[in-house]
Amino acid sequence: MSLFHFQLISAALFSIGMYGVLARRNAVLILLAIELMLNAVSINFVATAAFLDPQNFMGQVVALFVIALAAAEIGLALAIILRLHRHRSSVNIEEINLLKG
Amino acid sequence: MIELIVLIMLATLCLGGALGVVASRNVAYATICLLVALLAVAGIYVILLSEFLALVQVLIYGGAVTIVLLFALMLTRAHELEGRQDNRQRPVAACASLLVFGAIAFSAYANEQAMAEERVRTTLKTLGTELFSSWLIPFEMAGLILLIVLLGVVIITHREELR
Repeated sequence: MSLFHFQLISAALFSIGMYGVLARRNAVLILLAIELMLNAVSINFVATAAFLDPQNFMGQVVALFVIALAAAEIGLALAIILRLHRHRSSVNIEEINLLKG
Repeated sequence: MIELIVLIMLATLCLGGALGVVASRNVAYATICLLVALLAVAGIYVILLSEFLALVQVLIYGGAVTIVLLFALMLTRAHELEGRQDNRQRPVAACASLLVFGAIAFSAYANEQAMAEERVRTTLKTLGTELFSSWLIPFEMAGLILLIVLLGVVIITHREELR
């Protein structure tokens, strides 16, 4: 078990999340994929701190902040999605193109 | 050795759940797959000897975030989109994410560093001391952000009723 294993897991999780963000059409499903990417970053922080600098808990503290801000982000994003759904009765992001150039 | 086996099992669970999130056609199944992936991430935190983080992960992601997402799916009636959840960019998106995975994995492999020998178990006391001494101002900022987000969510969802 080495740092490389954790970095590999984190990279795989991040790229799966990135695929989800790029390929999905439903706004709520894009949010799920963003959560995956945030978790990948947290794993990377915690693993790097645990293996390279075990006396210092910076990685864990950063991961705690990531969790708190992810909770805030998901609440706000869902409020915006509910609002969009009320206005246009759709959560398909391809139909939300008023700002498209 | 046994740690490695447990890690491989957790990684399989986590990546399988993640694939379920991006591949499932049913949005409710996608949310349940996300729950599985996030709980596996909590297990990975336990392997890294950070129990408090695992606890927070289970409480916030496993509890709050999943329930809120299910509520949002219910309220937006996302099943209307059923069967066509992916857009036309799908092949490009797959290539791009494979490229990113290759780049990150290669750079991690090429830059492997010498690791600290002993691993220290974080106790809640040391983590709390660290959080409330050197990270006090970011901690308060996070609290402020949560408060602002709470107000913002209420205003965004209830503006018509206020008028």
